Amino acid sequence: MYIIIPIAIVSMLIAGGFLVALLWGLRTGQYEDDFGAANRMLFDDSKPDTTGTNKKQ
Amino acid sequence: MKQSVGSKEGQKVLCYHCGEACRDTSLHSGDKCFCCHGCKTVYDILSKNDLCTYYDLNRTPAAGAVHSFVADRFAFLDDEEVLRKLISFSDGKQSNITFYLPQIHCSSCLWLLEHASQINPHILSVRVNFTKKEAFVVFDCSQTTLRQVVETLASIGYEPHFSLQDMNPAQKKVKKHTLYKIAIAGFCFANIMMMSLPEYFSVSSYLEKEIGRTFQYLIVGLSLPVLFYCATEFFVSAWKGLRNRFLNIDLPIAAAIAITFLRSLYEIFWLHGSGYLDSMSGIVFFMLVGRYFQDQTYQFLSFDRDFKSFFPISVNVLQNGLFKPRQIEQLRVEDVIQVRNGELVPVDSLLSKGDALIDYSFVSGESLPVRVEKGSWVYAGGRQCGEAIELVVMKEVAQGYLTNLWNNAIFKEPKQRYSFIHLLSRYFTVIVLLLGLGAALYWAYAGSVSTMWNALTTILIVACPCALLLSSTFTNGNVLRGLSAHGLYLRHPDVIEDLGDIRHIVFDKTGTLTGKDGVDIRYSGVAMDEHTKLCVSRLLGQSNHPLSIAIHRYLQLDDQAIAIGSFREVPGAGIEAWIEDAHYQVGSALFTGADTLGTLSEYTRVYVRKEAQLFGYFTIRSPYRKGFLEIAPQLSKRYHLTVLSGDNDSEADFLRELLGPGHQLLFHQSPEQKLEYIQRLQEQHPGKVLMVGDGLNDAGALQKSDVGIALTEDVNNFTPASDGIMKAGSIGLLYAFLRFARAGRRIIYVSFIVSILYNIIGLYFALRGDLSPLVAALLMPASSLSIILLTYGCSSFFAARLLHKKVL
Repeated sequence: MYIIIPIAIVSMLIAGGFLVALLWGLRTGQYEDDFGAANRMLFDDSKPDTTGTNKKQ
Repeated sequence: MKQSVGSKEGQKVLCYHCGEACRDTSLHSGDKCFCCHGCKTVYDILSKNDLCTYYDLNRTPAAGAVHSFVADRFAFLDDEEVLRKLISFSDGKQSNITFYLPQIHCSSCLWLLEHASQINPHILSVRVNFTKKEAFVVFDCSQTTLRQVVETLASIGYEPHFSLQDMNPAQKKVKKHTLYKIAIAGFCFANIMMMSLPEYFSVSSYLEKEIGRTFQYLIVGLSLPVLFYCATEFFVSAWKGLRNRFLNIDLPIAAAIAITFLRSLYEIFWLHGSGYLDSMSGIVFFMLVGRYFQDQTYQFLSFDRDFKSFFPISVNVLQNGLFKPRQIEQLRVEDVIQVRNGELVPVDSLLSKGDALIDYSFVSGESLPVRVEKGSWVYAGGRQCGEAIELVVMKEVAQGYLTNLWNNAIFKEPKQRYSFIHLLSRYFTVIVLLLGLGAALYWAYAGSVSTMWNALTTILIVACPCALLLSSTFTNGNVLRGLSAHGLYLRHPDVIEDLGDIRHIVFDKTGTLTGKDGVDIRYSGVAMDEHTKLCVSRLLGQSNHPLSIAIHRYLQLDDQAIAIGSFREVPGAGIEAWIEDAHYQVGSALFTGADTLGTLSEYTRVYVRKEAQLFGYFTIRSPYRKGFLEIAPQLSKRYHLTVLSGDNDSEADFLRELLGPGHQLLFHQSPEQKLEYIQRLQEQHPGKVLMVGDGLNDAGALQKSDVGIALTEDVNNFTPASDGIMKAGSIGLLYAFLRFARAGRRIIYVSFIVSILYNIIGLYFALRGDLSPLVAALLMPASSLSIILLTYGCSSFFAARLLHKKVL
């Protein structure tokens, strides 16, 4: 039955990983502008004669 | 989403760029028509740079665009000092700057701005924050200047807004910590609950003792971040309250959290029991969620604006015969400044050159622009309409007629508000503490010291008014949501309470009760035949006086074929000309020689004379907002109303009739007089004062009143500092808003009583010792959740019932 102790600790660590991911998302402002990111994703950058200078965006 | 704008839609041709009706189809590019050169220029730039996706994403994406920009308006951006203050980072190669672009409103804006480097290749990247309407721009400062970057943006219709405020940026504190705290408290709470499962189901006895102990130690470990990080704000706030000798609700909460923690440690380490750390972290989690729910912010609104947000950064000053931009704060008395069409006069000054037509609606609330004679005062805050004028500075910027208002002491310290929940929590805590002391004394006499401590700590834990905090935060949060969904945005949840206690309502007139755009024009007198009407309209079309433009638009007639001879405009009086051998005069009574005897009305009138015959006059007034006309009778029955206007008293009779007896009307009020009136009202009458205003001239009154609400046509516009911002169309809901705010308090009372019932039931079982750990552990979140649901349900019900009317 002692196996339950490492299992509990591992499960907490996994959950802790998600917590850290959430905090990282908050810190880098990923929840601040929901409109921008949602629309940016839909933009087509494949105009034939664009030189690709804005790919970095 | 390909569209056919720029072609015929019904009968009107709409501009391909901004969607406004085009006068004719003379301005076009291919099959696309434009309303003005400004729009066409932007289109040309975009099509040249292959950016026409802008038009594919949304139909007429530039709705509400400014149609022109003055080329050298941004000369001040070449100034080193201005540059240093605006740019956030620069290493000689790259510079970073964040622009505020109020024009951002759709995905096209987002797309275009982020592709701005196609127009100016030295713009390295643009990142738009849509909710804040900000663009973070990185540009190559060795190749281009900030001014060129700004001019690029302005040329495609996104002129950054610079104000005096940008020069002294206040440190913006982002409230991210609350979210971190909620995340961590939630994590710890959930894991503590999981570790407590063996305890809840009383299976711990089947497990090896070491497993149970390990779990208890893990729980203690998990509770530490909750106590020392998540719950800090309760301790800090309690300590602040104590230092200010104000017992706030956080004090009993902090005490309960601390005692629960200590007693749990004692039980776990000494008695080898289980403690209450699950309840402690749960309640911290719920309270944090409640606070977050309540303290929602409107990122696109700012409630702290003073005149600095309205005034430009710089103005052109005459130096050695040339106009050069200089920062407004460096203006000195006797400098000569130039103010162009549409620009704000930044300082009190005297007119030295040019034809000044100043729109003071911002400052005094007068609805029509004023013509200023040479050598007369022009006050800061006025907007020039017409040609560029030259002014001699007479006062420095902070000393002006308008800006002086901000030297008043009321702007120095923020309004203090104490919510009734602090009071309620005090009574509650005192009563529970007395009960606890009584029980402790009883057990002390009975000789059982351990039971005494037990009773005392239990009572202290129960004395935690967390249910009160929960019900108030969730109710307030929901009320705020209900209000904002209908166009009233409050700065702080405590404003709701004051809104419920309002007895006096003070309205500004111009811009608040009356609409800013659109005028109500009526013609009275001898009916004009069609030809005369046409001639008069043609004559009016020659003048760019706002009244002429308004009446011309009202008549909707023009015929280019009619020739106009010897046109003359007499400033401040009227216009005259010879049309088809007849002499026409349009203007003031004095100018046209009209007999004004026997007419008491002070409405703005424009008289028409043809040869010797006086036809009649146009009456011009700003129409009242429909919503206000509807609710005025309701409001006047329940509240004491005042109309404070900077305008003349031409509307007095109408307002008196509308509001009925017992209400006050005051005209010709200066910004200071408005402030003083509010102060008198507060001193002489019980009950709280609500001020509804819109301009900078109301700023003092808005600040002084218990609740100041700024009305705005468009929430993205600038409003003076206030406790709330209301959409102009929502004024018809004001009465419902006030009642809704009162209902909020009743909901808090009711849910608090319910939570006390929970406490009594829980206490009863706890004292008898019947409460199994599982039931106890479930009861805490269940009672919290049911209170949240109760407040949510009640406030949503009231919102639906009171605010059912649609926003106009």
